Amino acid sequence: MTPVDWPAVPRNRTARTAVLGVSVRRPAAGQLPRRSSTALRRRAVLGALVLLALVLVTLSFREPSGGPVGSVQNAGATALQPFEVAAGRVARPFRDAYAWFDSLFNARSDAKKLRAENSDLRQQVIQYEAAKNELAQLKKLSDYKEGPSFPKDYDGLTAAVTVRPPTAFAQSIVVAVGSCDGVENEAPVVTAEGLVGLVTRTTCHASRVTLLTDESSAVGAKDVKTDAAGVVRHAGRAGSTLMFSYVPKEDKIERGDTIVTAGWRTKTLSSLYPKNIAIGKVTSVNQSDTDLYKQVQVQPFADFTSIDAVIVLVRKQPVP
Amino acid sequence: MIDGLKLAGLVFVAAIVQVSVLSPYATISGGTADVLLVTIVCIALLRGSITGAIAGFAGGLLVDIATLGTLGVTALLLTVAGYWAGRYGETTGRGRAHAVPLTVAVITILYAFAGLGLYYMLGDGVSAHRVLVTALPPAVLLNLLIAWPVSRLCRALLGTPGTVERVREMELGV
Repeated sequence: MTPVDWPAVPRNRTARTAVLGVSVRRPAAGQLPRRSSTALRRRAVLGALVLLALVLVTLSFREPSGGPVGSVQNAGATALQPFEVAAGRVARPFRDAYAWFDSLFNARSDAKKLRAENSDLRQQVIQYEAAKNELAQLKKLSDYKEGPSFPKDYDGLTAAVTVRPPTAFAQSIVVAVGSCDGVENEAPVVTAEGLVGLVTRTTCHASRVTLLTDESSAVGAKDVKTDAAGVVRHAGRAGSTLMFSYVPKEDKIERGDTIVTAGWRTKTLSSLYPKNIAIGKVTSVNQSDTDLYKQVQVQPFADFTSIDAVIVLVRKQPVP
Repeated sequence: MIDGLKLAGLVFVAAIVQVSVLSPYATISGGTADVLLVTIVCIALLRGSITGAIAGFAGGLLVDIATLGTLGVTALLLTVAGYWAGRYGETTGRGRAHAVPLTVAVITILYAFAGLGLYYMLGDGVSAHRVLVTALPPAVLLNLLIAWPVSRLCRALLGTPGTVERVREMELGV
């Protein structure tokens, strides 16, 4: 309301209203002023509502579950439920649209976060798998050391493989035990599966092991079933296939026979390897009229491509 | 009568939307727009303190019933909020362009503090940090955002404040 719209100031105005320039008539004596009655009504309504709310709060708190106020509230909630469901259904398309835009905005950062998380988890899985495999191998080695096939006159030093052959040409590995642990050159190295090779160089805490698959390796061996003797060496071709050489034609060897170390000993010399360490299984036996010996192929028991731990055999008493 | 029905419908719809759409699904940065509070404020600014208090009580009671919360808590808070907004509209806020956003912002803040205090007195565990630091700033912004459309809607439904009791006299403390 602008001052122009104000009604004319009445004659019975008070000095106060004249100053304020508003048009309120002075109330007649004995009559309750309109302003006061409105204020009273207003305060009464407010007081009543606040009081009612406080009563409801009190009842709601003090009443046991299932009381009359609670029952009324439950009934009210049940009555309101269809409206809530309807409102939810009406709002669903908007909600979905909002969620779609929201996911669109967050997709890039989410993808980045998930990619990083995925990478971490993959690394963890790899670590767990590696640890699990290592544990399994160590357990096998431990069982082998405790088992009856472990050579009695040797101690076993369990060692982790620290370096694997960097190329196909270097058939050697490095293990984490050395001369300070009692390892000597030419100590045989085995796994639970079978013979692996021979220590060819030692430092204080590491040793290089030349594998059976190296061209320079040769092991005196025999057929565990027929006692046919010969020398096991690498076949000279790709892969880890071995040849059981120098087996006379008259000796009997069959496919599937197990080849073990011979562990021969004479008065002055002895084999570098103890007796009866498994080497591999015969996969083929050939012989021609012109050859002096049989051609026997052996598949080694040890998997040279995935050795994680080995046992280095250390003789209990030095060779006399 | 029709005016009363319009008012009741407006409060009812606002309460249902608040309970079933906004509170559960439209939380942005930890805060939620309170369309019921804004509606009560707008009604109170248009219709005065008594109507504001009654609308607040009814809306709060609906929320308490629908959410199966402690009966009367939201009703009490919205009653006082409606009354205060109505009084502001009847006195200094009348006809001012900034009345709606100012009232909405102030009442949203006071509502949060009052709610926290009330729930504390009732022994309900409410995190003050969550209410005042996490939820309040976005809630104020969101309420301000919806204040204008809600105010326009209320004006369209209820009309301009023609029937509001007007203060024609001010007593000076001299």
